[in-house]
Amino acid sequence: MRNDYSPEHRAYLRRIKIRQAVIRAAQVLLLVGIFALWEIAARQGWINAFIFSHPSRIWAAATRLAGQGELWKHLGWTVGETVIGFTLGTLLGIIIAVILWWSDFVSRVLDPYIVVLESIPKVALGPIFVVWLGTTITAVVAMTISVSVIVTIMMMHNGFKEVDPNKIMLARTFGATKGQILTKVIIPASVPTMIAALKVNVGLSLVGTIVGEFLASKAGLGYLIIYGGQVFNMSLVMASVLLLAVVSVILYFLVAKLEERVVRGRDH
Amino acid sequence: MAVVELRGVELKYHTLEGEVTALKNINLAVEPEEFLCIVGPSGCGKSTLLSLIAGLLKPTAGEVLLAGEPVHGPNSKVGYMLQQDYLYEWRTILDNALLGLEIKRKKTAAAVAEVKQMLQDYGLGGFERYYPRQLSGGMRQRVALIRTLAVQPMVLLLDEPFSALDYQNRLAVGEEVVRILRERRKTVVMVTHDIAEAVSMASRVIVMTPRPGTIKSEHHIAMCEDGLTPLQRREHPSFREYFTAIWKELNTDAQ
Repeated sequence: MRNDYSPEHRAYLRRIKIRQAVIRAAQVLLLVGIFALWEIAARQGWINAFIFSHPSRIWAAATRLAGQGELWKHLGWTVGETVIGFTLGTLLGIIIAVILWWSDFVSRVLDPYIVVLESIPKVALGPIFVVWLGTTITAVVAMTISVSVIVTIMMMHNGFKEVDPNKIMLARTFGATKGQILTKVIIPASVPTMIAALKVNVGLSLVGTIVGEFLASKAGLGYLIIYGGQVFNMSLVMASVLLLAVVSVILYFLVAKLEERVVRGRDH
Repeated sequence: MAVVELRGVELKYHTLEGEVTALKNINLAVEPEEFLCIVGPSGCGKSTLLSLIAGLLKPTAGEVLLAGEPVHGPNSKVGYMLQQDYLYEWRTILDNALLGLEIKRKKTAAAVAEVKQMLQDYGLGGFERYYPRQLSGGMRQRVALIRTLAVQPMVLLLDEPFSALDYQNRLAVGEEVVRILRERRKTVVMVTHDIAEAVSMASRVIVMTPRPGTIKSEHHIAMCEDGLTPLQRREHPSFREYFTAIWKELNTDAQ
């Protein structure tokens, strides 16, 4: 804190700091409280520990898995499939959006089909991928791509269309070709939209991967959840779900970091 | 020879509701180093006229010539300044100024050095690595001017280039832009709806009628020969006469 601030201003800054600290403390306390209550409730027999499990058992299940090296294998599968599906889905979506931007005719012809594809719950396609591609990583990745690609196409295409026509006009006054308008105006102007699409896709891709693993995998957190459910090992299920939460937070955080780096310096 | 020449130019728009004649029978010649202002009521096709000269639109009838050659599409002879600076927020000031050269694939070391010199000369030295949002409106407009000048056009087309600025800035930036354009001996065609701006900057003012836009009259601004700056011209005794004459012509159309 700088010393040349007036006492009122310092008091103001202190008030804000204290408020933020209180909010942070309440957030942590809420989490700790829930887990503590869960643990006590299970131990006191208020809830059935077999069905609900409880934090210490979940922890034990997780450390046992980690000890066997199983945890990292499953975690690696899920993260790997998600990242591959997420990357491919996003790239494919952007490429298709560019094609739609390039040709108004193609875009108008395909419009109703895209709307229909968007409204289908993609997880319904899962069994089809399993039949076509077998119970392989390919089927899981296909599931992941199918969940994220359409929404990427729609977001990016809308983003492309919303680029200020005057910015395009400006490039045209210098005689820009369509390719130059794409690379020098449309794509750079759509970077914030691209980041927004990435943020949406992180969550969606994880959904796709988990559903894919439910249906077609012998590894991954989705597999662990299904397996744990089938053998009534609720501690395993809960541990997997909590790990999943951690994975999704980390992935989201990475995208947010990327956004910070990319968007720094520009208007938005 | 005229730098810009329009012969019997007509432009029609087609919409689902029908056909609109935006411009009709436009004959116009702009001489080298002339500063021509076009004034007219909104929707009279002033900006359309610039788009025709820039080659962004094709006339329905008649022809547009630049230095005696017919215009087919955008070309390097003209530099077009739009109503706002439209600097790209993801590019630095230097990269914005280099946009035209980049698009025309003329970004040579010499051209870059020249753009840097222009930034230096026009009070933007040290701002090369800044982003547009960090600059004031007047500074941004100067970057836009440098971006246009960088491709070394014969003719500059200015479409209400100061309309996005507040009044105080408008006068200051106008003063500067006129000085720069005179120094570089550019031929200028500027569109504006601000009569005072036109009279204070132009060597000739053309008044247009409402749609379909035609040329109603033209006024040679004699005081342009005295080399006065726009602000000095506003003080000149004949300023009011030109202003009133043009205002009256525009006003009869409004009624």
